[in-house]
Amino acid sequence: MRMLSDRRPILLANARIIDPSRSLDFPGDLLIADGVIREAKRGIGAAGVPEGTEVIDCKARVIAPGLIDMRAFVGEPGAEHRETLASASQAAAAGGVTTIVCQPDTHPVIDDHAIVDFILRRARDTAIVNVAPMAALTKGLHGQEMTEIGLLKAAGAVAFTDGAKSVTNALVMRRTLTYARDFDVLIVHHTEDPDLIGEGVMNEGELAARLGLHGIPKASESIMLERDMRLVALTQSRYHAASITCGESLDILRRAKEAGLPVTASASINHLTLNENDIGPYRTFFKMAPPLRADDDRNRLVEAIAAGLIDVIMSDHNPQDVETKRLPFAEAAPGAIGLETMLSAGLRLVHADQVPLMKLLGAMSSRPAELLGLPGGTLRPGAPADVIVIDLDSAWVLDPDDLKSKCKNTPFDEARLDGRVIRTIVAGRTAYEYASI
Amino acid sequence: MNIAAQSSFVLNRRHLLGIEGLSHAEITGLLDLSEEFVDLNRQVEKKRASLRGRTQINLFFESSTRTQSSFELAGKRLGADVMNMAVGLSAMKKGETLIDTAMTLNAMHPDILVMRHHASGAVELLSQKVDGSVINAGDGAHEHPTQALLDALTIRRNKGRIEGLTVAICGDILHSRVARSNIILLNKLGARVRVVAPSTLLPTGIERLGVDVMRDMREGLAGADIVMMLRLQRERMNGSFVPSTQEYFAYFGLDQRKLAYAKPDALVMHPGPMNRGVEIDSSVADGAQSLIREQVEMGVAVRMAVLEALSRNLPNA
Repeated sequence: MRMLSDRRPILLANARIIDPSRSLDFPGDLLIADGVIREAKRGIGAAGVPEGTEVIDCKARVIAPGLIDMRAFVGEPGAEHRETLASASQAAAAGGVTTIVCQPDTHPVIDDHAIVDFILRRARDTAIVNVAPMAALTKGLHGQEMTEIGLLKAAGAVAFTDGAKSVTNALVMRRTLTYARDFDVLIVHHTEDPDLIGEGVMNEGELAARLGLHGIPKASESIMLERDMRLVALTQSRYHAASITCGESLDILRRAKEAGLPVTASASINHLTLNENDIGPYRTFFKMAPPLRADDDRNRLVEAIAAGLIDVIMSDHNPQDVETKRLPFAEAAPGAIGLETMLSAGLRLVHADQVPLMKLLGAMSSRPAELLGLPGGTLRPGAPADVIVIDLDSAWVLDPDDLKSKCKNTPFDEARLDGRVIRTIVAGRTAYEYASI
Repeated sequence: MNIAAQSSFVLNRRHLLGIEGLSHAEITGLLDLSEEFVDLNRQVEKKRASLRGRTQINLFFESSTRTQSSFELAGKRLGADVMNMAVGLSAMKKGETLIDTAMTLNAMHPDILVMRHHASGAVELLSQKVDGSVINAGDGAHEHPTQALLDALTIRRNKGRIEGLTVAICGDILHSRVARSNIILLNKLGARVRVVAPSTLLPTGIERLGVDVMRDMREGLAGADIVMMLRLQRERMNGSFVPSTQEYFAYFGLDQRKLAYAKPDALVMHPGPMNRGVEIDSSVADGAQSLIREQVEMGVAVRMAVLEALSRNLPNA
């Protein structure tokens, strides 16, 4: 692989152009110059481009907007040994992710506008993809006092969340939602009641019983989500459920959407492609928060993506090293990396005819862009040239040594995957190119 | 020199518990009477004898400097014997109920009880149990009628009228008795009233009280004749209702830049005590458009008018 940093115009020729922001899917060429998309249409051809243009024959492969990963945990600042903005961005580029939406549970927590500023400056100086930080919803992620939502938004925070923590105090949540509405920001909430989780470490049910592990009931999620829906009805604030895992939650979400509440939701790629059986003999790379559920829940999530009930697919990228993963299951940290595998894993659903390609790409690009007010997620002329080229069918086996992420805790270790990103372009520059194109 | 009263205005009610229920004529009668006391208070001889022989007890369950001293001075200038009850050290701290305190005080035959209490409705409860007149000096987040009257007097003296003016009341509406009394009074006198605050500091249903609700100072101050700032209590600043004083000042603190959204001749008011750098910038508080010190002066005059007008209706008057 070589890194190209020049900013010559690029013509992506002979491609299948898919733009989920406009529901377009057609054969054609796409011209990029000065960091923006110039045009995407049939037959621009090598003759119709500026001198010095790099012409790439896509051989009928798919061109799509660069992916926007709405939930990725990065270790910078505070846990740079697990992941930096630089290493996360390398992983992202290799997975077709052109914008990382990083989470505020860093050290220090992103609950001060100076930290937002720090992230944006570090990203500008060290990252090869776009980085858009979410800021904390409550100070220190303690769930007690709202953060400076106005000043944080002005500094560049794209949404507000307490990361993998839930705000359990309903009064705090109500007031924060109320305050947030005045600033028209999106609140992203992890819906898991920590009291109901208790000592739980995996999905509650037969498997947990057999393994002798404490279970986490689905109600820990649905109760929190239901509470939030009632608070949204009261406050009319823009709300996004961070990670939905089960059918009960989908019923709640459907009712809220049908009632016209400003509610949207994500599911992680892990919950869409894996289930609790993958844990097998206590494999800690499959320990997630919220936990992997049974396969019937997974199937309902996939249907909900296809139906648009769940808006966004995110990686839930969470680098954990040997120290935190090579432990007894109950003691291991939850989380899996996912920036590099989100698209390839998602294509499993396309190849199984469960989710249309347009829907999959939309849930990873145009929908998050709309929700977060980001300029990407589209191939519209004038948009930033964040573009990926996808080979839908190439079969490959994931070798953890090839991963760019500093941590190798992938649940797709040595898994067979079909389809991958072969080129990632960020702001008109090639940030990743698969070696054997 | 003792000026004889010009106005013979009588408040035909025993108590002043709120602006709610006062008629237009009662309000303007009180304001007109207050004008006389403004003049009186600017003379060397500030005393009248209209409350001679009367006993006035100031019963403050919540600490207050300016309202209590204003009522004390008003009573003394009218010749009453004024006693301040330091409730913090008294029977209430020993577990006596409000009603028992009221009955105890009533046995001492006060003519006028001026009361402040942290609970909405507490003053009305007391008024049902005593024989004299009760004046509400602020009950919880309910009413503070003499503040609204002194604000109205200040506005009328500076703008010549109240009808047709646009008044923006800004800040912690949720917890403010000053806001409620002002909304009622200003509406009654024909002003257009707006409230401007973050949603967390607005009570649900406030729009039903006859105000326009705005959540942005630029929009809220546009075209305003009067900008009335409210105090934000310290315990509400750090994440419970608003994130921080820094953010509150950035978006809702009245500085010269935000004041420029209002009319060029807009006037600024604040019931005090002010948090400089939180809800108001010093350059505005001390600036040419500020009426804040004049409000304090009007306070004494208005309270004298209320005491006088109520006492004229007392038995044996």
